[in-house]
Amino acid sequence: MNELIANSQQLTAKIWQLLEEVSDPEVPVLSILDLGIVRGVRIADNEVHITITPTYSGCPAMNTIATEIRLRLLAEGISKLTIHNQLSPAWTTQWLSQAGREKLAAYGIAPPQNDTAMGHVLKLFGQDTAVPCPLCNSTNTHLVSQFGSTSCKALYQCNDCREPFDYFKCH
Amino acid sequence: MLMQATLNAAVAPAYSPEVRQLLFDYVLQLADTSLLLGHRLSEWCGHGPILEQDLALANIALDLLGETRSLYQYAAELEGRRRTEDDLAFLRVATDYRNPLLVEQPNGDFAHTVVRQFLFDNFHYHFLQQLQTSPNEHLAAIAEKSVKEAAYHLKWSAEWIIRLGDGTEESRQRIDKAISKLWRYAGELTTPTPTEKALQDLGLIPNYTALQPTLDAYVAQVFAEATLPVPQQIAVQLGGKQGRHSEHLGYILAELQYMQRTYPGMQW
Repeated sequence: MNELIANSQQLTAKIWQLLEEVSDPEVPVLSILDLGIVRGVRIADNEVHITITPTYSGCPAMNTIATEIRLRLLAEGISKLTIHNQLSPAWTTQWLSQAGREKLAAYGIAPPQNDTAMGHVLKLFGQDTAVPCPLCNSTNTHLVSQFGSTSCKALYQCNDCREPFDYFKCH
Repeated sequence: MLMQATLNAAVAPAYSPEVRQLLFDYVLQLADTSLLLGHRLSEWCGHGPILEQDLALANIALDLLGETRSLYQYAAELEGRRRTEDDLAFLRVATDYRNPLLVEQPNGDFAHTVVRQFLFDNFHYHFLQQLQTSPNEHLAAIAEKSVKEAAYHLKWSAEWIIRLGDGTEESRQRIDKAISKLWRYAGELTTPTPTEKALQDLGLIPNYTALQPTLDAYVAQVFAEATLPVPQQIAVQLGGKQGRHSEHLGYILAELQYMQRTYPGMQW
């Protein structure tokens, strides 16, 4: 019995490691763990259960992510797997890991600023706290549109280096 | 199946057949509403006034479609007759759709789209805030997810109301026209049908009477900044939530359902 528990603990740890290798198809620099969308891994009755949550309800990457998880685990011989899609608690950018935030900035996407306070969202014509340009680090930037190339990003432009850039908006 | 929808709490409450039917009808109404508005917004794709706003409209459409899918999946589960989300979205006739008339109205010019969106977003955002506390965990979870997206939608449409209202002579003329055309449809959102009334009495969905002052206050705030007068005493046009639609719905469904009707069971 103790051996079984030890084995299942080892397997769980192994699965978490494998999940680190699955990247977000839209922001490939982030793993799904960086993104904070894996909410749980458990093993019950010889079956692996992984719970994930969408970033946005219409996120078109969810099916791809589920397929990538299956393929990655299958490559290690783990085929008995159920992936659960859970809406609540709702995903928030606060779940982005510190490593994830650094990877985003290095990739040219400004990470979310001050995302513990969502109150600003409804402040009309109000903006987030200064969003630093991921290219020149200037905080002299302006919002072009709250809606960008994917649901999770807004469009900004730097007033100093003039480069447009993506901002991973607070959620 | 790639994924399974899962709730935090494992056991769903067992509803009586009557309550189950009420919930099924109501969840379909919500699903039809976001499907239709999402589809209307997607018609802008490639036609937006500028690229950034084209993207904004497509983003909002995508959020609504995501909400739509969660709702149809839950409706299918409530019905328990093996119909799928696709069957419910694509294989029903116009008189079975339960969306309010507002969301099936044509896009018109950008001002019409903005006014339609603002009237919907104001209701949608404040309503979802309340729905999060529903004892029905499915609806509460969907609301908790969608309300964060709806906040960005409402900010977008409210800011455009202000830009167009307090903008140029032409933008003002256009938004005045859009308001006078669309205001009559706003009241349906908060006029409960017998189904909604029954669910409100059971405490499963928010009470619209209690919600109304919040909606009115937000309209007043945004319209004041837009220098627009709030329309007074306009007759309310009802019908959509009970299956009595405008001619526009048939045309949308013809386009929306074409593929499934022509190639039944088709999948991407």
